[in-house]
Amino acid sequence: MEYVKAFLVGGIICVLVQILMDNTKLQPGRIMVILVMSGVILGALGIYAKIEKFGGCGATVPLSGFGFNLWKGMKEAIDQHGFLGLFEGGFTAASVGTSAALIFSYIASLIFQPKMKK
Amino acid sequence: MRKEPSKQEYNQMVEEMTPKHNCFLNCIKAFVTGGAFCLLGEFMKQMMMKYWGLGKKDSLMFVTIELVLLSVLLTGFNLYGKITKFGGAGGLVPITGFANSVASPAIEYQKEGQVFGIGVKIFTIAGPVILYGIFSSFVIGIIYLLAKQWGWM
Repeated sequence: MEYVKAFLVGGIICVLVQILMDNTKLQPGRIMVILVMSGVILGALGIYAKIEKFGGCGATVPLSGFGFNLWKGMKEAIDQHGFLGLFEGGFTAASVGTSAALIFSYIASLIFQPKMKK
Repeated sequence: MRKEPSKQEYNQMVEEMTPKHNCFLNCIKAFVTGGAFCLLGEFMKQMMMKYWGLGKKDSLMFVTIELVLLSVLLTGFNLYGKITKFGGAGGLVPITGFANSVASPAIEYQKEGQVFGIGVKIFTIAGPVILYGIFSSFVIGIIYLLAKQWGWM
């Protein structure tokens, strides 16, 4: 059942973004920024936690889940360290995804050669 | 005489036909592709909680790492572009799309050098995403902090 829910929730988020893309012709970079920011905002409003509870990885795998994670880290850091947490929480929460992307990509750039476009 | 009207007609037809038709089809493709990535993530999560005995939080982090690795490999072998081409938003929205947008300029611009090639271009998409993610959570964090100190929460 969890698998079905993950598939559904993840699929629905992608469909919403697809509709947005088809109607606005936004660039992928902008789409990703919008997704992360909406994850942060929906996280702060307490809505995303409900989506995650229902959809599991269907909510955490999309980039909006990255934003939700950012907000969760920010909130935890503020609860623990107050003002300092404002400067601490974001990067702590984003660290795993960002580091993994940067490290693996760098290694990939050493291994793989750019392909010519046909 | 024959070309002009047919061209106009054709353009009209394209304008009228494509958005509706494509949008619906695109949505189904995006749904299946994005759903598949999330399904894979959920599968990884369940497996790790079961066999590695990890907690939910740790296994979610491992899911992120595994999906990012998978996506970087697919990008390296020039396969991720095909997924995005087919799935549209379905290839873009999952964390794999983010990893692809980090890996692909890093590979593409390696000829321009370590610092100004890879070092700069690797942040082409990651930069804005991290900046606005961090900044928006900072702004909301300020509101949260103030609300907490004034006893609203």
